[in-house]
Amino acid sequence: MTEIDPVPLVVCAFFFALVTVMGFVAARWRVPKTLASIDEWGLGGRQFGTWITWFLVGGDFYTAYTVIAVPALVYAVGAYGFFALPYTIIVYPFVFAVMPILWKVAAERGYATSADVVHGTYNYRPLELAVAVTGVIATMPYIALQLIGMAAVIKALGLTGEIPLIIAFVILALYTYSSGLRAPALIAFVKDIMIYIVVIAAVVIMPAKLGGYGAIFDAADAAFKAKGSGGIILPGSQFFPYASLALGSALAAFMYPHTLTGIFASRSGDTIRKNAILLPAYTLLLGLIALLGYMGIAAGLKVGSNNDIVPALFKSQFPNWFAGFAYAAIGIGALVPAAVMSIGAANLFTRNFWKAYVNPNIDHAGEAQVAKITSLIVKVGALLVILFLPTQFALDLQLLGGLWIMQTLPALIFGLFFNWFRAPALLAGWAAGFLIGTWMAWTDGLKPLHTLTLGPTSVTLYVGLVALAINIVVAVLVNLVVPAPRVATRPAQ
Amino acid sequence: MNGHDPKRRSSGSWLWFLLLIPYIGLLWVPFYNHVEPKLFGFPLFYWYQLMWVPISALLTWLVYRGLGHDD
Repeated sequence: MTEIDPVPLVVCAFFFALVTVMGFVAARWRVPKTLASIDEWGLGGRQFGTWITWFLVGGDFYTAYTVIAVPALVYAVGAYGFFALPYTIIVYPFVFAVMPILWKVAAERGYATSADVVHGTYNYRPLELAVAVTGVIATMPYIALQLIGMAAVIKALGLTGEIPLIIAFVILALYTYSSGLRAPALIAFVKDIMIYIVVIAAVVIMPAKLGGYGAIFDAADAAFKAKGSGGIILPGSQFFPYASLALGSALAAFMYPHTLTGIFASRSGDTIRKNAILLPAYTLLLGLIALLGYMGIAAGLKVGSNNDIVPALFKSQFPNWFAGFAYAAIGIGALVPAAVMSIGAANLFTRNFWKAYVNPNIDHAGEAQVAKITSLIVKVGALLVILFLPTQFALDLQLLGGLWIMQTLPALIFGLFFNWFRAPALLAGWAAGFLIGTWMAWTDGLKPLHTLTLGPTSVTLYVGLVALAINIVVAVLVNLVVPAPRVATRPAQ
Repeated sequence: MNGHDPKRRSSGSWLWFLLLIPYIGLLWVPFYNHVEPKLFGFPLFYWYQLMWVPISALLTWLVYRGLGHDD
């Protein structure tokens, strides 16, 4: 890609300019009296109804990296890469059952973060801090991944060097600073509609060009057989890895600060329930996006890096103006989650570190100011990671991030349903899951799968799920062994 | 505090079990790890999982409809 085609570049620049204006104008959307509080800057006033939440969570959960990486994995290994589909189906019954309860607790007591909820439930600072720190460090590499998605698009446009990426990110940082969660919420409308258009066009146009879906699957099957690895269905050895990755990812998905920010910003529990029914529309889209990997095989594309398969496919199969539109959709698709992630991490830092340890008497305006500055720092940090560290570093950290964030589930969720666990036991469980899980992933060479051997039988599972099981077992044991203090650690409910 | 108001729940608590069905349908891979039968050129592995998107949404809607919510 040595020469730059001006048409896709102009199309991309147009849409980027459009969302930049929207990002700044968003400060005046549904005019608040002031943006100077976490509730306004960081949660959009807790007033997003069904449709705004649908676009926001859809835009935030199905990220640009998803659009790039899921087809890349399917392109490389086949059926195994499809685990993202069962994952994003079974996540919603969980959201439906659990998240409205979490929302209610948060809305009634003014909580803005997962660690706020944990602090409110257990009144135990160490557990609150563990949850907050886990949230921030799990989110940082996730933001970095969005940059990888954006970089793939910039590369496809023929632009070289890191200046375009830096410019895009600085602009993003500035309008997130000034408008808060309203900016990604408004931009999500544009991003999601663009992605829908691109994917619908792709799943109609490409099979027509490539001889139909039957031919696409046949081509993929033949390619995997020729290569001697991968396949369009799973070998028996991958049944447990596939199912456990789907289940583990589904349990982790709504523990992240960015997804929880979407939950806390909702207007009501009913908004969340309706979204658990409506959000699977994006999952259907994701399933079709995953198939782009096979279309890449059927089109005979060879790429240097698997992550280039989607841009290469668009370039080879679409007219150049529409390829530009598709690149813009992916690039904007990186902005929305990156903004929400930095806001979620900033809310955590402000509420559960700054307010907890540095300035307990901070007022609403002060909180908003700390959060705004933190969101800038978080984004700059992610940018530096991408510019100066190998890409693989971000990918490895992202894998560990999923494992880490899952360890906050017992502390955050169990207390919503029963009062049995005490905070020190949950902290012990968190520490065990976090440390043993990280150690297992590390010794496995930072692979997502861990093989458990018990005598003659062995089973391979997603390492995050194994760590969660350790977490829960340790929490139960500690809770049983350590006697309850005479004064309950739990405040009045 | 947990939102499961017993008055409401008694009439339809069995409905919650509907939410478990997608987990069973999707996490037991041998159900669907086959190429045949194909549908519109899609091997079973793919159309079966895609089919669970509307089924899961429908089940969730049934639970939603069956339970009263005040928030």
